[in-house]
Amino acid sequence: MDKMPRWADVVLIPLISILLAAVLSALVILAIGENPIAALKLMVQGSLGSTYGWGYTLYYATSFMFTGLAVAVAYHARMFNIGGEGQAMVGGLGVALVLLFIPFPHWTLALVVAIAAAALFGAAWAAIPAYLQAARGSHVVITTIMFNFIAAAFLNYMLVNTLRPQGAMDPATERFSPNVHLPTLHEMLVPFGINFSKAAPANFSLVVAIIACVLVWVLIWRTKLGYEIRAYGHSESGALYAGISPFKIIMIAMLISGALAGCMAINNVMGEAERLVLNATENAGFIGIAVALMGRNHPFGVFLAAILFGFLYQGGAELALWTSIPRELITVIQALVILFTGALDNMVRMPLEKLFLAMRRRGA
Amino acid sequence: MTDPAIELKGISKSFGPVQANKDISIRVMPGTIHGIIGENGAGKSTLMSILYGFYKADSGEIWIDGSETQIPDSQAAIAAGIGMVFQHFKLVENFTVLENVILGAEDSGLLKPSLTRARKALLDLAQEYGLNVDPDARIDEIGVGMQQRVEILKALYREAQILILDEPTGVLTPAEADQLFRILHRLREEGKTIILITHKLREIMEATDQVSVMRRGEMVATRTTSQTNPEELAELMVGRKVLLRVDKVPAQPGAKILEIKGLRVRDDKGVERVKGIDLNVRAGEILGIAGVAGNGQSELMEVLGGMRAGSGEVLLNGQPLELIGANGRAIRDKGIAHVPEDRQREGLIMDFHAWENVAFGYHHDEKYSRGLLMDNAALRADTEAKIEKFGIRPPNGWLSAKNFSGGNQQKIVVAREIERNPDLLLVGQPTRGVDIGAIEFIHKQIVALRDAGKAVLLVSVELEEIFSLSDRIAVMFDGHIMGERLPDRTDEKELGLLMAGVAGEAA
Repeated sequence: MDKMPRWADVVLIPLISILLAAVLSALVILAIGENPIAALKLMVQGSLGSTYGWGYTLYYATSFMFTGLAVAVAYHARMFNIGGEGQAMVGGLGVALVLLFIPFPHWTLALVVAIAAAALFGAAWAAIPAYLQAARGSHVVITTIMFNFIAAAFLNYMLVNTLRPQGAMDPATERFSPNVHLPTLHEMLVPFGINFSKAAPANFSLVVAIIACVLVWVLIWRTKLGYEIRAYGHSESGALYAGISPFKIIMIAMLISGALAGCMAINNVMGEAERLVLNATENAGFIGIAVALMGRNHPFGVFLAAILFGFLYQGGAELALWTSIPRELITVIQALVILFTGALDNMVRMPLEKLFLAMRRRGA
Repeated sequence: MTDPAIELKGISKSFGPVQANKDISIRVMPGTIHGIIGENGAGKSTLMSILYGFYKADSGEIWIDGSETQIPDSQAAIAAGIGMVFQHFKLVENFTVLENVILGAEDSGLLKPSLTRARKALLDLAQEYGLNVDPDARIDEIGVGMQQRVEILKALYREAQILILDEPTGVLTPAEADQLFRILHRLREEGKTIILITHKLREIMEATDQVSVMRRGEMVATRTTSQTNPEELAELMVGRKVLLRVDKVPAQPGAKILEIKGLRVRDDKGVERVKGIDLNVRAGEILGIAGVAGNGQSELMEVLGGMRAGSGEVLLNGQPLELIGANGRAIRDKGIAHVPEDRQREGLIMDFHAWENVAFGYHHDEKYSRGLLMDNAALRADTEAKIEKFGIRPPNGWLSAKNFSGGNQQKIVVAREIERNPDLLLVGQPTRGVDIGAIEFIHKQIVALRDAGKAVLLVSVELEEIFSLSDRIAVMFDGHIMGERLPDRTDEKELGLLMAGVAGEAA
């Protein structure tokens, strides 16, 4: 017998947590002498009030979906992959290399190859920590975070010394060919008579991200591999009993996780910047952890949480632009959301469980 | 008339929708040994946890020596003179006996005075109750029986008048258990009150003055031990008549299915746990391996189940079995099924639905999968069939494994493994933590498999189970087979000696 109905677990608890985070954020905004209601209005207006705002919100959400899925898949195998940032950076390198050096006739073909390259590079970057964990027992939390720094340094080197066009001052690659330009949401929606903002960066990657959500759901809950991953995640000794190789599961789960994080690059590198710049990932790898946490490691939860964080990101940028609320405060608000949905989960859960039990007993 | 040492009046306790204790009243007279017997999940441990201050009762009163007492925490329980000896000892392994005894009961910031006082107190206790323990021995250097004595000493040092023992004989050899009972009797003579929680009818009959039976959270009966019998108690526990002995026809052993020659196995720490054993199991027979837990039986089963590497030679149907790099899947493909010792950590994934567990280990089977995908519909249909055939309750395949009782969890595992119709069935502790009703059923299933001409290798620390199921008994001690016996030509005493490492005449 479960303690609460499923909908309460999946919907009610996150909602209450967000509410609590919002209330606390409001107090913080009050404390620095700003009007929290006006701030909220501005955030909603700026991120959801126009197709321009939506375009940014969905652009960020696309990135967070990939990195959130990456964390979720690893989590099902009881691996905490916090190397999404590095894997996404290296995935970006893969995308840049194929788009720079292969002359593609059309963006569709380019997209397929770019996805493969992003996944391959991301997976490769996750492979070393995965092997160290599987074979040597070195904890992935430690190794993946170290690999984030290595990735940043590596990319820095590549951009400054190898990929930077001659004479350019900017540590970035050349622009990709116009042939590989991914359709933006504007271009995709014109045939339907919808006039979506031209300036917004949301692009076809959103569709890829949604497909990825569905595929991850199939992987985790419908395939034999997903069954083995979940079994290993719940009980290592159980996996051993059932003839499931821990080595194999750790490797595969981490490779899939790395590949998903790497795929984020088709959004920010191929879809938005259309070249590889320094610090292209903008911490999306770390946001992915919060997204997975909040989405309960379920692909649909990740989808929703990614949109929420997209809203926070875009709304926060608007706040910083139009008010004297410093940009750092947005980080505080995001941290509060993470704190309440992740670390303080039980604070909301326990009273709620008691409440449901009391209701059930009265009903019974 | 004297007041009872402990009287519980109308104790109730719920965990969510589950009512673990329903209006329980019990009187335990001073200077008696009072047994509490009941199946797993009957509420015995909950009741004792309330008495020891771990849980707070929803309603009801606790009276000690004739006055009502509040026990909000274990400190209060100790102050009220209650001592508890847990099933799993709470000792610091790298401390000495003396250090463990004073742990939490130090007199002051400096240890020296406490240690001196405790050393003297231990000597006195040892003399008074025959509880001899070397105060300077380290816990990890003394045996389980001794460790248990330390637990009892800890309670007595805190001046406990009432001693609660939770399943105290689970880890003891029969001889050690007898010793424990002698100590308990001695404690009773000195006026202590003892509550003995157990699920073993034999111990109740041997050691107690009074016995209370719990069933599904209720106290169903209290009897004077000398005026009842095991059959009546079993019936009270289960709520219906049960067969305590397994009915079976004599075995008709056929060809050798499993041959083990010079098998050696190391545990995770690299310590050799199986030290070169030879065994064989024939078709149509059950070979029972008796022994105190931790003498290499687990490692033996793990090697045969593909969970651990070993060296030596193992033949299945005359074909050599890989002992290195083998895994559960390869083992299953060869026709070995495995009911593991620990169903909660190994045999089942507790957070999986019952229907997901039905294929655990066999999820690659064509029956359960289509290409890369699992065939969930097939799994669910198969689960329905197994629930029906094995009487799994509640009959709901969507419940998580953790929501079934121990007996029903084990039925899921047994159903899964036996339905494979394996050549060799490995069974570890098949009825540990399983209620009597389910024990009867599981035993019947194992015997039925034997009668169908299959080989069964059984490991159990319950001698009763070994006796009632086995066609041949091998005793394991310290990684060696001490001897083989036929169940009708030996007795518990002889096996007990073998289990303690005292070699009998050559097998």
